[in-house]
Amino acid sequence: MKKPELLVTPHSVSHVQELLEAGADAFVLGEQKFGLRLAGEFTIAQIEEAVKMIHTAGKKAYVAMNAIFHNDRVDALTPYIQQLDRIGVDAIIFGDPSIIIARREAESNIPLHWDAETTSTNWFQANYWGKRGATRTYLARELSMEEVVEIKENAEVEVEVLVHGMTCMFQSKRSLLGNYFLFQEKTMEVENRKEAKNMFLHDKERENKYPIYEDLNGTHIYTPNDICIIDELNELFEAEVDSFKFDSVLCSDEYAITVTSCYRKAIDAYMESEDDYDDVKQDLLEAIEEIQPEIRPLDTGFYFKETVY
Amino acid sequence: MTMIKNDRISEIIDGKRVITRKPELLAPAGNLEKLKIAVHYGADAVFIGGQEFGLRSNAGNFSLEEMQEGVEFANKYGSKIYVTTNIFAHNDNMHGLEEYLQGLERVGITGIIVADPLIIETCKEVAPKLEIHLSTQQSLANWKAVQYWKEQGLERVVLARETGAEEIQLMKEKVDIEIESFVHGAMCIAYSGRCVLSNHMTARDSNRGGCCQSCRWDYDLYAVEDGEEKPLFEEGKEAFAMSPKDLKLIESIPKIIELGIDSLKVEGRMKSIHYIATVVTVYRKVIDAYCADPDNFVIQQEWLEELDKCANRETASSFFEGEPNYEQQMFGEHGKQTKFDFCGMVLDYNEESKMVTLQQRNYFKPGDELEFFGPNIENFTTVIEEILDEKGESLDAARHPLQIVRFKCEQKVNPHDMMRKEMR
Repeated sequence: MKKPELLVTPHSVSHVQELLEAGADAFVLGEQKFGLRLAGEFTIAQIEEAVKMIHTAGKKAYVAMNAIFHNDRVDALTPYIQQLDRIGVDAIIFGDPSIIIARREAESNIPLHWDAETTSTNWFQANYWGKRGATRTYLARELSMEEVVEIKENAEVEVEVLVHGMTCMFQSKRSLLGNYFLFQEKTMEVENRKEAKNMFLHDKERENKYPIYEDLNGTHIYTPNDICIIDELNELFEAEVDSFKFDSVLCSDEYAITVTSCYRKAIDAYMESEDDYDDVKQDLLEAIEEIQPEIRPLDTGFYFKETVY
Repeated sequence: MTMIKNDRISEIIDGKRVITRKPELLAPAGNLEKLKIAVHYGADAVFIGGQEFGLRSNAGNFSLEEMQEGVEFANKYGSKIYVTTNIFAHNDNMHGLEEYLQGLERVGITGIIVADPLIIETCKEVAPKLEIHLSTQQSLANWKAVQYWKEQGLERVVLARETGAEEIQLMKEKVDIEIESFVHGAMCIAYSGRCVLSNHMTARDSNRGGCCQSCRWDYDLYAVEDGEEKPLFEEGKEAFAMSPKDLKLIESIPKIIELGIDSLKVEGRMKSIHYIATVVTVYRKVIDAYCADPDNFVIQQEWLEELDKCANRETASSFFEGEPNYEQQMFGEHGKQTKFDFCGMVLDYNEESKMVTLQQRNYFKPGDELEFFGPNIENFTTVIEEILDEKGESLDAARHPLQIVRFKCEQKVNPHDMMRKEMR
């Protein structure tokens, strides 16, 4: 039985240490100039510091370069990859083929992880990017459990899935919050908006609250619920899915630590036996429910939901 | 950005600069009738959807037989047909793809517009005569990624709608590949392919053609401060909205042509034949006039007015002329504006009796002032006198959609010319 990796998204260098202690196996680092919707911002110096801690603990560090790049940033890609090469990160996460060109120019062999968010939807794509340097694909959140398992069966690369956290469902290049404030003639809010991560859109018809914020990459809107499948991991274990990701974007440090330790326990229990996991999974779910913010209901995303078109 | 005179697309002929590498005008068509109208009105190429693998599951989509008829019609005008196969496939959508692509190749389709590498690679293998054009669903926004797709053997890329003139200029300088760019029509506010609002809100997959346009809805914006939800809108005032104005780049056509953009794309497979005819007519005129004499080109006010005669949302230049601000979005009430009703399409004209035979599309009656337009006539208005039905009986009005009616018109019109009435 292959032991899946528990992949987390730290908020800061000190948070990395806490998440290591909570049992994380791998970390997503980076900064918004290159990476999309990161839980924390890490300069190159901070990446270097974090990677040392992570490697000392025998764990893995991946750096996000999965933004949708425009011309203004492409010249910076190759030098950035050269720096990551020097630091010795374990993978680069990418969602734009410019990275394939830039990595070639940097003469780097850092493995690539394909992550184009919503568009990683079948196993052919996983293998396609595999032939072009990717060793892993992070699947779209809009897939069912059955689809995930079938992709894993046919993929020649590692497969990563989101098991916990919120997911982005919309990215616009436009400054939609800024535009709304300007329309309302509210200059104060315009100035502060890029620091503000506390806003949401209320959808009265569905009674949903969608987190929304702006950064360098545009405006991002998130799901109203947090995925949580800590008690539904059996099929992912059986299929030997390689990496279980918990995205702690917009969560508190403490919440991220608790959730990480719960998934650590779930994975360790299953590695003992399926029965051990079945014995603890309900308790683990309850432990998460206890700290779950009221504004963020838990659900199981698309794992057990039909989509039509 | 100052407009450059691009010597890669122009030549000096008899002492005058002329654009010799004219860009393609690419129009949408949701069915065979729309395809024929688009071609007849001057589109160099038309994009259509098949019954599988395309977005817009609500648009009328073409069977292979209809595609074949469309290709035969287009060939007579020297026009090309492209088929959108731009879903991001799930495992279940992978079946039948090879046969489908071979079918497109067999009926003479020129190329496919694709986003998923599955379809790109399968096409290269099983239908190598089809050109492969990268869909805007890949949100291609930088020249290195353009270089990647060039290395992969693609003939053409459709850029992200978020790319501006300067960005396109650099791409053209760095990579030798055809670039297709939107010039007119409704736009996504999100990066295409990166929006799954529809999936999460209504369980309809936007990347497989099920988009329910949640981005056109209103939302209430709040901030959470110390656990309190504080509204960032005023009661009774406009809610937060993301609805973009439609793209209209008619006045930027000179710049677009000088950039060397290869294909100018009009969006809207769901739009009416009146819309397609109007938009294609105007863009055709502007492209032709500019290419014939770029250095003395002046846009005619009547062309701009003509373009506004089909039903439209408010329009804007989107990213082409720089980062769009709030004025390029719509807040509050924002219905489509219709200034003219499309009243009918000419089926026949008898030069001796000066009688028009027309298929009715909207109500009109004797005494109405009606405007005719078409690819081979100058627009003119005329007052309709007596209207007859097919049996020659006099009518008090043309009331029924698709009803065949006849009336006298002194000026000559041609089959497929259209008739519209200003709404008052």
